[in-house]
Amino acid sequence: MIKFENVTKAYPDGTVAVDGLNLEAPTGKLTILVGPSGCGKTTSLRMINRLIEPTSGTIYLDDEPTSGMDAALLRRRIGYVIQHAGLFPHKTIVDNVSTMPVLLGESRQKARTKALELMERVGLPASFAKRYPWQLSGGQQQRVGVARALASDPAFMLMDEPFSAVDPVVRGQLQEEFLRLQREIGKTIIMVTHDIDEALKLGDQVAVMRVGGKLAQMATPSELLTSPADDFVADFVGRDRGYRSLGFTKTAGSVAIGEEAVVQLGASGEEARAKASGAWVLVVDGGRKPLGWAQPELLNGELKRENLNLSGIPAAASGTMRQLLDAALSSPSRRGVVVNEHGELIGTVTATDVVKAIEAEPHLETAR
Amino acid sequence: MNFEWLGRQFDNIVFLLGWHVLLAVIPLVLGLLIALPLGWWAHRSRRIYPLLVGVAGLLYTVPSLALFVLLPLVLGTKILDPLNIVAALTIYTVALLVRVVADALDSVPEDTVQAAKAMGYRGYQSLMKVELPVGVPVISAGLRVAAVSNVSLVSVAALLGIPQLGSLFTQGFQLRFFTPIIVGIVLCVILAMILDGLIILLNRWLTPWTPKVVAS
Repeated sequence: MIKFENVTKAYPDGTVAVDGLNLEAPTGKLTILVGPSGCGKTTSLRMINRLIEPTSGTIYLDDEPTSGMDAALLRRRIGYVIQHAGLFPHKTIVDNVSTMPVLLGESRQKARTKALELMERVGLPASFAKRYPWQLSGGQQQRVGVARALASDPAFMLMDEPFSAVDPVVRGQLQEEFLRLQREIGKTIIMVTHDIDEALKLGDQVAVMRVGGKLAQMATPSELLTSPADDFVADFVGRDRGYRSLGFTKTAGSVAIGEEAVVQLGASGEEARAKASGAWVLVVDGGRKPLGWAQPELLNGELKRENLNLSGIPAAASGTMRQLLDAALSSPSRRGVVVNEHGELIGTVTATDVVKAIEAEPHLETAR
Repeated sequence: MNFEWLGRQFDNIVFLLGWHVLLAVIPLVLGLLIALPLGWWAHRSRRIYPLLVGVAGLLYTVPSLALFVLLPLVLGTKILDPLNIVAALTIYTVALLVRVVADALDSVPEDTVQAAKAMGYRGYQSLMKVELPVGVPVISAGLRVAAVSNVSLVSVAALLGIPQLGSLFTQGFQLRFFTPIIVGIVLCVILAMILDGLIILLNRWLTPWTPKVVAS
């Protein structure tokens, strides 16, 4: 647990970066500090490992005030990831990752062995071990940054805009992988971001801060979307709140899934026409995995792979209302493909079915 | 070129070359050792930087001959003592390298310094294990200038009668005889090139991590 108690940071020129912050980041959870620039989120983060000293108030690490600790020893207990990775350019990747264990007195060889394991864990091939940071892409460097922060197996981790310096595709990958990793390791993490979508996607709880360094609201992502505390939070969380909050609502069997007749590749035009409902027919492979939609009217001979329309995105039956609705809206037949956990077809849903299920729910049951 | 003279004087030339090397290299090493803490100080304090770099620049403008003559008065050494040359060239080396060391430390990316601190490196650990190693390419670039400059400055000491390759110049002028002058110039140039090459090699050995495209 990391706890802020009445923490204020004021500079001699009178600027107040953080103003009486009270906040608790529970053990094993990912807490996100989000807000516009100048809201004091990075200052707050840096006060935890005392890169910046608070003017007043106390920060606790598992009930122990940090102010009494030796700053260097305190920092060695906390993993730290920053925006541009901040790798040591003169050290190989494996030595970058070994940094903290070596500082903590572990032998270089032991630290390297562990570092290699960690590299694999964050998706870096072992062949990168002897390379230097300049030989890696931004996304790869950021993975090294995460591995380095985890190397001493710290209970706490601080992450300062860890994914914002890479392109959107890589960012998405890194976020997914990080979520998976965090589910395994369950560190107590505080992450700073200016990106509300990232906050809602990753956070177990999200602290929205406003300019002047005050906490505006602390809540789970779905609470932020469904009941923002005030105009500022509502505005910051942004448009499409209603739609996005569906991303936190499990379908839980409430949506009627219809039967869908299917054909396989190689089917004749007649068979396809016979099975089609409306203008479209669903095509699956031998294992009932959906391949795409086809229009029998346009078929010239037997059904081939190039006849398929691939625009639909299948949704898992165990997924959220948002995924289900998206499956229906993205499908050319307007029937969304629903699959089980093995990716095999269960049936299809229409947007109307999904909306009916949403309207039928008296209270939005949240997923988290 | 009088090769017969060259043959006769061979031992003497080697002796002069040896002194030249000592008088150029010892101040280079001493100067670097003194410039490191001073440069670090200039890097740390924005107020000290202009002061130190300004004084260093001023020192470098003092004519070498004047310094060679003045230093015995300050140090209490005899005018013919080679120590004067070592001291004078050390001063020049420091004057050149204070700024170089400060700029080398400034060249370390802020993210890297920040990360070192956040990982729990103490100040001196960060300096020795991160900032100085990362600053090596900038320092060795400055060291190359100082090395070449020292090789040429040493020869001025010939005017005081301290033996080194410069003695060949004074000898040649007195005798109106060009062979020693040419030998002196050639050996000075070769010595400068060798020192320069050694520093390049040392830099490569210390910085296997720099992108290989950089031409030196």
